[in-house]
Amino acid sequence: MYSPDQHLFVVSQEDWSLHRKGYQDQRRHQQKVKEVIKQNLPDLVTEENIIMSDGKQIIKVPIRSLDEYRFIYNYQKQKHVGQGDGDSQVGDVLGKDPTPQPGKGEKAGNQPGHDYIEAEVDIEELEEMLFQDMELPHLKQKDRDEIETQSIRFNDVRKTGMMSNIDKKRTILENLRRNATNGNPGIHGISPDDLRYKTWEDIIVPRSNAVIIAMMDTSGSMGSFEKYCARSFFFWMTRFLRRQYEKVEIVFIAHHTEAKEVNEQEFFTRGESGGTICSSAYAKALEIIDSRYPPSSYNIYPFHFSDGDNLTSDNERCVKLIDELLKRSNIFGYGEVNQYNRSSTLMAAYRYIKKEQFMYYVIKEKGEVYQALRSFFHKREGSAV
Amino acid sequence: MQDDHRELERAIAEIMEIADGFGLDYYPMRFEICPADIIYTFGAYGMPTRFSHWSFGKNFNRMKLQYDFGLSKIYELVINSNPCYAFLLDGNSLIQNKLIVAHVLAHCDFFKNNYRFSASNRNMVESMAATAERISRYELEHGTEAVESFIDAVLAVHEHVDPQLIKPQQLDKQRYMELKQREQKEKEYKYREPGRYDDLWNLDDKPKASDQKVIKIHRFPPEPEKDVVWFIQQFSEVLEDWQRDIMSMLRDEMLYFWPQMETKIMNEGWASYWHQRIVRELDLTSDETVEFAKLNASVVQPTRHSLNPYYVGLKIFEDIERRWDQPTKEEQDRFGRVPGRGREKIFEVREFDSDLSFIRNYLSKQLTEDLDLYVFEKKGPEWKITDKTWENIRDQLVLSRVNGGLPYLVVQDGDYLRTGELVLKHQYEGIELDLKYMERTLPYVNQLWGRTVHLETVVEDKKVLFTYDGKKHYRKFL
Repeated sequence: MYSPDQHLFVVSQEDWSLHRKGYQDQRRHQQKVKEVIKQNLPDLVTEENIIMSDGKQIIKVPIRSLDEYRFIYNYQKQKHVGQGDGDSQVGDVLGKDPTPQPGKGEKAGNQPGHDYIEAEVDIEELEEMLFQDMELPHLKQKDRDEIETQSIRFNDVRKTGMMSNIDKKRTILENLRRNATNGNPGIHGISPDDLRYKTWEDIIVPRSNAVIIAMMDTSGSMGSFEKYCARSFFFWMTRFLRRQYEKVEIVFIAHHTEAKEVNEQEFFTRGESGGTICSSAYAKALEIIDSRYPPSSYNIYPFHFSDGDNLTSDNERCVKLIDELLKRSNIFGYGEVNQYNRSSTLMAAYRYIKKEQFMYYVIKEKGEVYQALRSFFHKREGSAV
Repeated sequence: MQDDHRELERAIAEIMEIADGFGLDYYPMRFEICPADIIYTFGAYGMPTRFSHWSFGKNFNRMKLQYDFGLSKIYELVINSNPCYAFLLDGNSLIQNKLIVAHVLAHCDFFKNNYRFSASNRNMVESMAATAERISRYELEHGTEAVESFIDAVLAVHEHVDPQLIKPQQLDKQRYMELKQREQKEKEYKYREPGRYDDLWNLDDKPKASDQKVIKIHRFPPEPEKDVVWFIQQFSEVLEDWQRDIMSMLRDEMLYFWPQMETKIMNEGWASYWHQRIVRELDLTSDETVEFAKLNASVVQPTRHSLNPYYVGLKIFEDIERRWDQPTKEEQDRFGRVPGRGREKIFEVREFDSDLSFIRNYLSKQLTEDLDLYVFEKKGPEWKITDKTWENIRDQLVLSRVNGGLPYLVVQDGDYLRTGELVLKHQYEGIELDLKYMERTLPYVNQLWGRTVHLETVVEDKKVLFTYDGKKHYRKFL
């Protein structure tokens, strides 16, 4: 009764598989997100969402400067019209700080978006960016670097081998080649000469161990800011070392006037009143190294965080103990969190230690944790890896 | 596959027959069935052929994610063009498509007949393709980065156009001033209608010709200029030709989208009104009837916190029809309303109104109560219903649709204190700007203008002038 030609219309279904514009621009957006992340690395290094991520792989971080900024109204200060179920009353509470979504299924493109700028970041990607130009200084070959077989991979072709590993494609190619040179092209008469076998190789991974001796001043003068900086630093340092070594252990030593080995939780939350004697931590570190981590099989990284407020008479002992520690360690790092730029007794002494393996960095604000990491682990000219 | 197509074609022909019977007047239609990612691409870009930009990619990603998680679904997309393009989601059932086709025909009728769309470029699909082509050529010439960062800046202001007028292009400052002066003069002349007492003015000596010379206007622009994009494009001293070209093309695209922003509630209401009536005329199986009811309910479902334009628009149209079909005694006496003219009236409304007048004229007391509308705002940390007076609801809704729901900005001064600096003024009507966004948008304006830019607005009932000089932000109370 109805025929399509009475009305002017067409129904078509084309092949849209080549229309990739959405995906291309999406990729460009992701690329921009990455660039912004890279620019914000110093801020992100101390981002709480990451440091407290508890091993989550994907984390949400606030990203500044990647929204589409326009002149828009302040939603919070605006009156809006809404719709109830039929019995709404003046005074009804609709919610606390909802984030109203625009109606569903509507055509977009001409409406400005008002969304939060939170980007999902893969911690590994972040590590990739962060550690891109870092390396471990002063690596030492350890005696007990044992050769270990982890797995095998097929990566070679030979003329002899097991029948079960025969490489059919290459065998036929050989046959073709031989027949062609004999002036009789084609696949026929496969002879033992044509046979090719896949062979494997063991993948050898040297076993390597590292231990971080994390020392922190937990005396009264270390506030939450100082601890947070230290925590961020150790977070990334552990991750960095895990990329270099098969196994990374971390020992936490908290100290005020005396030192004590503690667990991670205690390490970052502990607070004690009283003065500071840093040498106590160093002595404790030596004791732990000598009893549990023989330098012959461990790469040892003692790192100490303090606000620099040490008992002056203790400084000399500290310098001496650092000497001892350096004999056993790859590097010794001292990080001082000193946001008010006070004069620090400890730095007064450490400034004169002229040893390549001894490094220090003074952190004045959160963003400098990143600088500290870079300062300790930057790529060095001509250093052996 | 072929059978499905044929069945769909039969259904479309039938629906068109019914639509014609109702008096809907649409362009020739081109229905294109496409996969979800393509529909979402078009949704994000607003047009299949639009230029490339990361912000569209971001939108696309967000919309596609919502689809993948089943949070939202676009069933169709319709383009205001002649012939009219409608994109149907591959995998729609036949009954879904029937509803959508009916819905789309009504949209097309609206595009074709609503007064706001009368100046629409109906070849925008091709125009946008040409724009995209040109922009990608500029990318080759000037580098992707340069073009992209320029478009970033233009997009930050591209909503601030003046849809009322067709702007002359390529005017230099002097000719622009002359034109404005002429307009001013004509306006004054026009307002002086001959009156009974005109001769009284002539009792004095006739003024000398020299006095009649128009006082030279020193302000630039002489009157506040609503079309910020056009003004910058014309008078910025730092833009290169290709940049002016991009600005003018993006401005055209904005002007094309503008009527859609101004008629969202009406347009969706109109389409929902008609898909219901058209589908009712079809012979449906009981299964189809249930499926239709479900889909229809999900389209016109009321939402909390924000208004569903489909639902509100639909209800207003139905209310108008009822009130003109069965006018009260009073309406018949006072307004001379003749019963039974409902249909006729809604066709008239779809032709002459936009959301502003639609709500102002036709959202009745009865309807605000039936729809249980209310005004809500933030009180402390809580969002609370603060008003249920129907006039206030109506006025608030009208206010939210002024200027397409965007802050109304004008160029107040293009040569501030004779320094060549630009002053934008927010025509404050009780709603403050988002200051964080404003401070991040000003640098884009600065980039386009090439000199220090200012924005005057109102914060906490005080006039404030925000300034960005290319390096730093300043604010000063006026």
